[in-house]
Parts: sequence; C-alpha cells; structure tokens
Amino acid sequence: MKKLINSLIVLALVGTAISCSNSESGGKSNKGALASSAAEKVYVAPGEHDEFYAFMSGGYSGNLTVYGLPSGRMFKEIPVFSQFPTSGYGYSEETKPMLNTSFGFVPWDDAHHPDISQTNGELDGRWIFINGNNTPRIARISLTTFETEEIIEVPNSAGNHSSSFITENTEYVVAGTRFSVPIPQKDMPIKDYKSNFKGSLSFISVDPEHGHMDIKFQLMMPGFNYDLSHPGRDKSHGWFFFTTYNTEEANSLLEVNASQNDKDFIAAVNWKKIEEYVNNGGGTMMPANYAHNVYDESTHTATTTMKKEVLTVDPLKVPGAVYFLPTPKSPHGCDVDPSGQYIIGNGKLSADLTVHSFDKMIAAIEAEKFDGEAYGIPILKFEDVLAGTVKSGGLGPLHTEFDGKGNAYTTFFISSEVVKWKLGTWEVIDRKPTYYSVGHLMIPGGNSRKPFGKYVVAMNKITKDRYLPVGPEMEHSAQIYDISGEKMELIYDFPTHGEPHYAAGCPAELLKNNAKKIYRLDENKHPYAITSPDQAKVERKGNEVHIYMSTIRSHFTPDNIEGVKVGDKVYFHITNHEQDFDVPHGFSMIGQNSSELLIMPGQTKTNTWEPKKVGVWPFYCTDFCSALHQEMQGYIRVSPADSDIELSWSLGED
Amino acid sequence: MKNNLNKGILCAAVAISIASCGNPNSETVEQDATSNTTEVKTEKQGQAFIKDDESQPTVLDIAIGSPDHSTLVAAVQAAQLENALVNAGPLMVFAPINAAFEALPAGTVENLLKPENKEQLAQILKHHVTAGNYSKDFLKKFKKLGQASDLSVKVEVVGDEVFIGGAKIIASVEAGNGIVHVVDKVILPEN
Repeated sequence: MKKLINSLIVLALVGTAISCSNSESGGKSNKGALASSAAEKVYVAPGEHDEFYAFMSGGYSGNLTVYGLPSGRMFKEIPVFSQFPTSGYGYSEETKPMLNTSFGFVPWDDAHHPDISQTNGELDGRWIFINGNNTPRIARISLTTFETEEIIEVPNSAGNHSSSFITENTEYVVAGTRFSVPIPQKDMPIKDYKSNFKGSLSFISVDPEHGHMDIKFQLMMPGFNYDLSHPGRDKSHGWFFFTTYNTEEANSLLEVNASQNDKDFIAAVNWKKIEEYVNNGGGTMMPANYAHNVYDESTHTATTTMKKEVLTVDPLKVPGAVYFLPTPKSPHGCDVDPSGQYIIGNGKLSADLTVHSFDKMIAAIEAEKFDGEAYGIPILKFEDVLAGTVKSGGLGPLHTEFDGKGNAYTTFFISSEVVKWKLGTWEVIDRKPTYYSVGHLMIPGGNSRKPFGKYVVAMNKITKDRYLPVGPEMEHSAQIYDISGEKMELIYDFPTHGEPHYAAGCPAELLKNNAKKIYRLDENKHPYAITSPDQAKVERKGNEVHIYMSTIRSHFTPDNIEGVKVGDKVYFHITNHEQDFDVPHGFSMIGQNSSELLIMPGQTKTNTWEPKKVGVWPFYCTDFCSALHQEMQGYIRVSPADSDIELSWSLGED
Repeated sequence: MKNNLNKGILCAAVAISIASCGNPNSETVEQDATSNTTEVKTEKQGQAFIKDDESQPTVLDIAIGSPDHSTLVAAVQAAQLENALVNAGPLMVFAPINAAFEALPAGTVENLLKPENKEQLAQILKHHVTAGNYSKDFLKKFKKLGQASDLSVKVEVVGDEVFIGGAKIIASVEAGNGIVHVVDKVILPEN
C-alpha cells in the first residue's frame, strides 16, 4: 500500500505541468493597464512626488522600508533591529549600543507592526514605532531624520507580537506577548505550563516632547497567546483590545491543541483605570533587567542604560479593568473602526468575521452579563457584545482596515482576496483577488480616527510567478487597489523588501517639509568631533590609536598616518564637514572586520580596525561624493609591534 | 478497491504527463507571440494557473490527476475554488470518489453544478477541507475537525480505519500544500 502510494506520488510529480482546469475565476479585473487607465493612476512623472508615504515593516530583515504610493517606489531602508553595513548602523561605535539587550548584543530581529504617532486619534507624523518580535523590543524612529532614535527592551515578554500599537494621543505604545512564559523566568518543566505561565501586556509611556519611552506598567494576564491588538479610539479611547488564541494553554502541537475551543477571547483592557491605579501607588515593583538604548542626535551617539525593575499589575487587583469577549476560532487580527464603536476579530480558522460593539460591551459590563470567568477575569456573554457577523464567503480572514467612509476591508489568506464590506450592515460590497495569500493590508491612516481612503495596499506572503523569476527565494509581492469608488480596482503590483507584516501610511504633506537635510556641524557635540580640519590629530592611549579625521570634497584630513603598529586598535572618528544636502562621505579600511561607515553632512561616526599585517594599507571614500571621488583616499603605515616609529599624520606634505 | 484506485490515479498521471491535457496554456503561448498580451492575462488568474513542473503536486493537481475524482474536480471548477486549493494552506482535502457522488440521490450532483447553486456547492466542497495536514494515523488523535465550511466534522476510529464525518479514508496522497485523503462518501453538513 505504502509503496503504491509512493510510486503514485512520483508519477504525480512527473505529470504536474497540468493546470488544465478552467481559466476564468475573477479574470475580468485584470485588463491591460491602458484599458483601465490604471497606468495613469499610478504614474508619478519623473521629478514628481508621490501622494503618500508608506512605511512597510521588513519582517525578518529587522528593518523598516519607506515607499511612495501610488508608485510603489522604495525610497529608503531604515535600519532598526538589524546591523546594516550600508550605513554602519550597529557596526559603528555610536550605534552598537542600539542593539544591546539583556541577552547581550543582538544584531537582528523580526520587525512586525509599524504605527505612526497620533494626536487626537489622527496621524501627527512625529515618530513611527515598530516592534522586534523575537527578542522583545520596541523601537522609535524619528520622522524628521528617518533614523532609529530609541529601542527599549520589553522584559517578561516572549514573541512580542501584539505590538507596537499607539493610543490616540501617543500616551502609550503597547506591547503584548505572543508566547506566555514563567514570570519571573525560572527552571521548570514545560508540561507545567498551564496556570503557571503568564502573558504580559506592557504599556510603555511616550514622553510627549522627546518621545522617550518608559515602561509604565505590565499587566500580568493568564498564560494565553496574545496575538494582535489595537487601541480604542474616540468613544472607546481609554481601552485597548487584544486577540488571544491558545486559551487552552497548550504547550505542544498548538496547531491541534490550540484549536480545541470553539471560541477564544478578545481581551478588553481599560488602561485608563489601570493608569489611575498605578498613579495612586498601585502595582508591584518586581526586579527585572532590560536595556533602554537612546540615540542622541546632538552627540550622534547612543547609550545603553540597563533598567533593573518593572511595575507589574495583577488584573484582579483592579476590578473593572479587564474583560474577555468570546470570539470564534483563534482570532488573529484585532481592529477597531475609526469611530471606536466596532472591534473586529478575524478568526483565522473561520470563514466569518466577528464584530463586537463597544456600546454593547459597556452595557453588558454594567448589567453584569457574564458567562463565567477565566482566572477571575469576567467573560462577557457572546451574544451581549456581538454587533454582527460578516458572512464573507472567504477563507482565512486575517486583518481589517478602514476607509473612513463606513467601509472595512479584510484580507483572506487562503482564498487570496481583499473583501470590502459595510460597517453596520455587514454586507459584502466587493471582493478582489490578491496575488497571492495576502497577510496584512494598509490604508494610509486606516487604523486611526481619520483614514485617507484612496488606496489600499495588500501585502502578500506568496509571490510565485508575479515577477521575473529569481530562484527559490523571492521578495514578497504587494498590490495597490484604488478604493475611491464603490468597487476596488487593482492598479499596480510591486515587490517589497523582507516580509512586510504590516505597514503605516500617511499623506506626503505631513512629513515632506519636516525632513532633515543636513546635521549642523556647529551643533555637533560628539566628543570626538572636529569642527575644523586643523583640529585633525592622532592620539595614542596604550595600544589604542584615536584618529580625529574630517572629510570634505575630496579628501580626508589627515590622509597619511604613520606610527600604527600590529596589535593596535585603531579608532577612526570621522566628521563629515559637508553642509550640503545629500553629500555623505563613506569610509572603509582594507581588512576591517566590520562594515563601512556612511557619514552624513555634519555627522561624526567611529569605526575600528585592528591591523594584523605589517605594510602600508589604503582607505578610501565609498560614496561617490564628487567628480574627484576616486582621489579621496589615504594610507596607513603599519609597523611591527616592537617598532619605535612615532605617530605622525599629514595631508598634502612631501 | 485500494489497488484499483491507486492504479487509476497512477494511469491518469501518466496520461497527463504525455498528453498534457487539452490545455489553454499552449494556446496562450501562441497568442503571446502574436502580441495581444491583454487577452493572455485574462486567461490565467491566480495561483492555480501557474505553470510549475518542479514543485510537488498540490491537492488540486492530485485531484485533477485522478480519474476517480472527475466529479469532484468538475464540482471544484464549477464552484471556482481552484485558487483556494493551491494556497499555501496547509490544506487537508477529503476527496470523495466518483462512486460517492453517484450514491447521492438522483439529480443531486446535476442540480449542484447549476450556476445558480454555486454558493451551496462551494459550501459543501469547503466542508471537505481542513486547514491542516495530518496523516491518517495522526487523525486518530482528533475527536473533530474544524472545516473551511465553518462547521465541524466528527472523527471516528473503528479498528484501524478512520472515518471523517462518516466517510472512510481509503487512500492518502501527500501533496505539496497538504494532503489528500480519498474517502468513500460525500460528507454532507449535518444541518
């Protein structure tokens, strides 16, 4: 029997080029570009600007990429959680601290859900936040420099997935754990997971002026998996909603064991109530160890502070702060409409979407319409919080965004489509295929009070034949749909870098006039900066050699250095003296066990080199900076360890 | 029964590899050459129509390749579910053989295949699909399965045999995106 089946598989393999099935299935939408004027809709003429920014998470790239909509052109990859040899991020002495954690230097992460800061529920364009999923961290990126300014590690968390979503005045960036763990961590049998592990939901306050993050409190929840979250807004401002799965608390083969309950929960957290409790001295301070890394723009340098305690809150100590809303079939996406009235849970193993009503939830709480409790947390009666069900006909619903005109758009992974439906009536208005197996989708401002409902971008997990083939590993595909009309119209398709899990978009006008062009040299407070080439020098401290170097088109000062010895550790502290937009200089040294540096105008960066071989070794500028770029080079003479050649440096001397 | 069935699938696979079906692909290639790209694009929409002779067959390929499943394939095509069946899934398809459809009351299949009954047909077909990939042996661990129809089916073990919603698994074929369990009955939703 087995043999037969095996040979059957082999033969089936031989005969796979079949696909001799029918050929319609939604074919009408994809006419030629000209026929539908799609080309006109996405065409941004040379020199013209896009209408929207789109910030797409890089997933396993650890970074964040910046695109324009509707053109789909990529403008920048912002290094966040991953070392980035292109600029030296995570390699330079100044930026290495950004990647410090309680586990040491962690040069990579899995970046998931970017969210732009808000004021009164509307995008304000100050910062964008994103979570590192693997070694739990939250990053804050400046939307003037488009650089990572701060990363805070999240203790007591593991698989930082229901993150990093912003409350409507950026009071908090919220980070929930996907994997529950022993808190505090300890050596214990895995099988004792149930009722012993905990899931932490962290509310990280954001300083309104500088954006600096600080963990205000961690809510210690039952040991479920907290999958995704979104804040309440407008009428539901003050609440936060988290989808859960594995309320079975299985610790093995979750694909079977975490799908036993017909319903899991959306956890509704009244964070204002907990904030008040904490402000009045509530909560328990517990020992912890986590890194807080802050980049200072004036010194161009990051520093790490290890924090040693965190405030924890037991939800049972704050009555009325946490409720469970039963939600069918392992809900994944957790989205709140612009009015704050509807909370949508997409059961990823279901065909239907479950929509809860905020008003009904409040009424059910007041009337105590409970259906038991879980670990002391009241479970609200399903039918008393349910606003409606969207009978979509799709398979594998994941995420929902809103257009601000009363419509919602939900992705379906298995049936590869975006479905447009109407809030309140739950009727399906339109559906369009995606190519293929869509995950998240994004409408600029689509998770705020004020969406800009002109385009939706579908971010797919599977690319297959969408572009010219490049072997087994491919970039993911994204599709843009025009959603200004009743029906969605596919207008463009472009590859995205890494794996975009989610994206955040905003009108170009919100950011483009604030984007920084240069760093002012006269404001440079880097301890090794030189503000004039005549300050250039080389100092020896034991076996450390510090080179204070400047760059200007088209030379380094100094460019000839002697007296360096095998066994030394050489620090190149390079200040770019250009004050002209878009004139960076690069620096690289032969045999350097590190990356290059890319130094922006007015900036100072430091890299190290430990020469191992006697000789005369060149360095050069890696960025084509000028017509004389090829002349921008220098030499370091490396002498034997016991040499008595004195340090000397020069530029333009014989 | 098993042997016959397997031979059937096997012969079909051979036939396909030789004859490559009366397929639209070869025609589209010619159209491409004569430059009307717009028309070519409308010919193949979605993952189900990607030409791929390297990957392991999908659950859809396997059904198409089996002469014992021509009714099921016709139903999948009528319900336009091809693209869902080539999805990364993973998908576990309980594939009733032609005889299972024949055992339904007379006229049932013909009726379901009518365009106006497409939704109902799709619902019944989805009732044969689970998001998962489990061997027959492994299925013995389950009491029920949640189907793509949004309804559950019972899993029953009798001796060494496994019954899904009353239908017996009579053969199993691993697919690139899941597994096909051949079953002897159509699994109808309980209501």
